[in-house]
Amino acid sequence: MQASPATEHHNPALKHHFADMAQQKETVTLGMWLFLVTEIMFFGGMFAAYLVYRILYYNAWVAGSQQMEIKLGALNTAVLICSSLTMVLAVHFAKENKKNLVVVFLLITILLGLGFLGVKAVEYHNHWIHHEVPGQYFAFEHTGNYDPRHVQIFFSLYFAMTGMHAFHMIIGVSLLSWLTIRALRGDFTSEYNSPVEMCGLYWHFVDVVWIYLFPLLYLISHQHV
Amino acid sequence: MTEQAHNGPSLKTYFLIWGALIVLTSITVGVSYLELGALNPIVALVIATIKALLVILFFMEIRYSSKMTMMVVVSGVFFLILLLSLTLSDYLSRGWSHVAR
Repeated sequence: MQASPATEHHNPALKHHFADMAQQKETVTLGMWLFLVTEIMFFGGMFAAYLVYRILYYNAWVAGSQQMEIKLGALNTAVLICSSLTMVLAVHFAKENKKNLVVVFLLITILLGLGFLGVKAVEYHNHWIHHEVPGQYFAFEHTGNYDPRHVQIFFSLYFAMTGMHAFHMIIGVSLLSWLTIRALRGDFTSEYNSPVEMCGLYWHFVDVVWIYLFPLLYLISHQHV
Repeated sequence: MTEQAHNGPSLKTYFLIWGALIVLTSITVGVSYLELGALNPIVALVIATIKALLVILFFMEIRYSSKMTMMVVVSGVFFLILLLSLTLSDYLSRGWSHVAR
């Protein structure tokens, strides 16, 4: 903001169709949020399906939900929250021209993201060996007043939602790796750091999706019979 | 110059929000072990919404962004609520009338 128009004009990162860096930044942020709104609706469809089937097949939903390991889910929630903190720190230091700290916090964020995926893989493996993956080998020891086929619907949505979420995490880790290379190259300065900030928005969005997935899939049916 | 170069949240704010998110996660996990009946999902979703708001307002810096960007975010949430409420108004109200199927 304090920079004179002359220096802004010479910033190599300024595209010719923008008046100044501030306008370019505003446009980039708006565009990123428009994309995130489509992502909200994309996940929204699956959340709607989840809610409808939870109402229709409540007992089967409770039975399926109680197969989740709350401790692993809570651990992953904490890992994602910590990764969101390291992500904002990377953005913060990019704005302060502290290249080494940007690289350090991007790498920590990548490690936390991979940690999340590792825990998720352990959970998927447990579901696999317990025959909880929908399909031919699905087997569910059912004791209550529900159709075990409806538990398959629960697990189908569980795998669809957490799988889509994990896929977003994989894209996020790839984006952060690309950012790390660019940060090492010295591409980001206090004037130009939009890629770090926009990938940060994406990373936090994926965190917000998990903030809802965790209680819906793991917590809310835990004490119900 | 470096501190004033951007008018986003301070480092202290980021750590406070992180602490609040961890505390809220512990609370929601703790509450899930209590038998509250219909209150279990309500408490869990209220806490999740507070956490989501903290992330969106501070980590995603919507609190510090332009009115235009805020409007896009609000419109996204509005259409999500529309999707969920219209769908559920159908499924929840089935069986309320006594018309033969």
